[in-house]
Amino acid sequence: MTPPFPFHGGLKTVRHKTESNRETILPGSVPERLVVPLRQHVGAIAKPLVQAGDRVLKGQMIGQPDGYVSAAVHAPTSGRVVAVDQQPVPHPSGLPDWCVTIESDGQDRWIERTPVDYQRMHPSDLRNFVRNAGVVGLGGAVFPSAVKMNLSGHCERLEQLILNGAECEPWMTCDDLIMRERAVEIVAGIHILAHLLQPREVLIGIEDDKPEAIAAMNAACSGTGYQVRPVPTRYPSGGAKQLTKLLTNKEAPVNGRSTDIGVQCFNVATAYTLHRAVAHGEPVISRIVTVTGHIAQPRNIDALLGSSFADLIARCGGYREGVERLIMGGPMMGFAMHSDGVPVTKATNCILAVGADALVEPPVMPCIRCGDCVEVCPANLLPQQLYWHARAKEFDKIQDYHLFSCIECGCCSYVCPSHIPLVQYYRYAKNEIWALEKEKQRAELARRRHQARMERLEREQREREAKLRQKAPPRTASPLDGATAGQSPAEPALAAPASIAVNVERSE
Amino acid sequence: MRFKTVTSPHVLADRSVGQVMRRVLYAMTPGIVALVWFFGWGVLINLALATVVALVAEAAVLTVRGKPLALYLGDYSAVTTAWLLAVALPPLAPWWLTTIGVVSAIVIAKHLYGGLGYNPFNPAMVGYVVLLISFPREMSAWLIPYGVGQPHALGLLDTLRIIMGGTGGITLDGLTGATPLDVLRTKLGLGLTVTEIRNSPVFGIVAGHGWEWATLGFLAGGLWLVFTRTAAWQIPVGMLGGLALIATIFHLVDPLRYAPPWFQVWSGAAIYGAFFIATDPVTASTTARGRLIYGAGIGVLVYIIRSFGGYPDGVAFAVLLMNIAAPTIDLYTQPRVFGARSG
Repeated sequence: MTPPFPFHGGLKTVRHKTESNRETILPGSVPERLVVPLRQHVGAIAKPLVQAGDRVLKGQMIGQPDGYVSAAVHAPTSGRVVAVDQQPVPHPSGLPDWCVTIESDGQDRWIERTPVDYQRMHPSDLRNFVRNAGVVGLGGAVFPSAVKMNLSGHCERLEQLILNGAECEPWMTCDDLIMRERAVEIVAGIHILAHLLQPREVLIGIEDDKPEAIAAMNAACSGTGYQVRPVPTRYPSGGAKQLTKLLTNKEAPVNGRSTDIGVQCFNVATAYTLHRAVAHGEPVISRIVTVTGHIAQPRNIDALLGSSFADLIARCGGYREGVERLIMGGPMMGFAMHSDGVPVTKATNCILAVGADALVEPPVMPCIRCGDCVEVCPANLLPQQLYWHARAKEFDKIQDYHLFSCIECGCCSYVCPSHIPLVQYYRYAKNEIWALEKEKQRAELARRRHQARMERLEREQREREAKLRQKAPPRTASPLDGATAGQSPAEPALAAPASIAVNVERSE
Repeated sequence: MRFKTVTSPHVLADRSVGQVMRRVLYAMTPGIVALVWFFGWGVLINLALATVVALVAEAAVLTVRGKPLALYLGDYSAVTTAWLLAVALPPLAPWWLTTIGVVSAIVIAKHLYGGLGYNPFNPAMVGYVVLLISFPREMSAWLIPYGVGQPHALGLLDTLRIIMGGTGGITLDGLTGATPLDVLRTKLGLGLTVTEIRNSPVFGIVAGHGWEWATLGFLAGGLWLVFTRTAAWQIPVGMLGGLALIATIFHLVDPLRYAPPWFQVWSGAAIYGAFFIATDPVTASTTARGRLIYGAGIGVLVYIIRSFGGYPDGVAFAVLLMNIAAPTIDLYTQPRVFGARSG
């Protein structure tokens, strides 16, 4: 067999790429006020380094990485911190989170930038540098890149380093545009990854509906040995596991990592930010965002993190009439926003406005077990069985059907003739299982603490008794002892009230 | 600006349960046309009667269960069940026979087990078996396939009168006869060989005269169902493959006693059952390998019932028996999950 090696299932979805990819990337503007969330990555929230009233410079660290799986957050422009508090953020829960609000001073003045020579750095220093530059996966998962740049025993040496430029979600074109316009810098970023990970080969996977991006990357890669590999346009080819399979025919093991099979995967935009950080000393303070859908002039914007969705939409000419839904991410996996008053984060790859005309909400019917979901599932699961057990809250059985292999790509819901929101059931089941797991841990902890306390009390009791026995002469009947006089002192359970009684006697 | 939030995905394919069911109805048309051509108006009257009874029964149960009428009546599932059953009934079946069959299918087999999507047994086949066991005489009175327009054929009004209970002075004995599989069975019992029996006028080119054209119609419709991915290809392939395989083995052992595989596949309800009955997704297996096994099981059971059982054809019983096995088959034929070690 020759590549690409097809994965099971998947879909031909609507594309809608041309709405936003005909124009170049619109350079960002500096809004008057930026709300920068301290949690823009998977892992521990960054610790705030500033407080209200502080002056900050562009690129200054305002949130410090807290632990290994974390990343720094920086001021996207110069100005004054007006608040460090909880603000609405783009999260499915709609709950507010800690943010640093900066009022721009209009000067956009950089902090002193310190590029580094990555080839002379110790790998762990380089990873620290990357963590402090706030580099995270820009494909949408926002996993701290420094962690992925450490093989730490998962494999001896990396076989394949994969750069993900597949961008399989409909409507989204931010990776397409960054590859067209900044291919050279992306390749410079790949050099850094390749230096650190020493892969046997470097593969760049791009869906074949992006000929310009493929040409640009090919040109930039000439002489490097990096291979640009067009893959068929089939959702979800941009899933890390699916792209790995397409390019290498290898499957990351269930409950394992891609490094277990000698593969590591980064988004192309991540490689770009890595290069900017290392070669120019610029931390991640902006990203390319596709603003598209029911928008006057859909376009990609190089947006400062912390700009509000409404700002970006306004720069694209505003909404068209009758927008019903606002989605962060693509239509297959993105989540709907409560409002457009939320800031752009590192995870904001696309802002998609959906008009009423494009929305259909057909009634949900019972599952007729047609098995169409089985045919499209890229994880090769049995979605109808998962649904069945999720509905019945049979969380043991649902794990027998590998619930946690589900990547929530939405293919099953897309094809379901009964219009069952299948993915929602899987998310629900996963959350319930996680909650149960936590509950179990908490109960276990409580049990251990209770046990420890009982042991301590018993020990203290014994010590006290021992002390008492040493001090006090053998007891003779006293008037106060009347109630217990008939009992044998040898019985430990009853010794307690007796000794308390003795204490009472003494204190009197 | 504030927006409504719902879960992803935010786009859906243009599909519905109603669409799936309607496709089954479309696919049945060529076979039905052939049946009408050879067996007359009774086929259409049965279909119309079954449809009305099914819709009334469905509406009644939905009302009792407090379910939305328009939504569930519009999914065409009741009509589909009605058609699947009506086509299997003798063309001059009395009205009460059709009614009992359809009511058993809709009320007992479908709704008492939980309604659309929850029934473990194929409703049309439950209805059919109820009739076959309770009213064997009425169920075996098939018309001789004279064809529309021929002198022996009954007119629309006469047919209607007979179905509604009157005889209208027409003697049914001259019009009805045993089905080809019945003839085969009875005469094998008399010690005749397959070759001798095949000379009977009831047989045509491959299988039963008249019936074989209906089978061709159902094959065409069935292939369209598979082509449009409305029906899973594994089930008809498994069922016809299983039937052909076991028929070949027996035919090779004793060609005088056991009819050839092409006759078995083309006779009775084998093709119709393979594409229209066994493919009912609700009651079938849902995994790819499971569907092959499920289909093959039906094929083998059909052959066993036909050759060694008490009935001339066995599709209904075979399907119901494999319905029971479907959940177990599913359990043991789960696909290899992405990233799981093979084997």
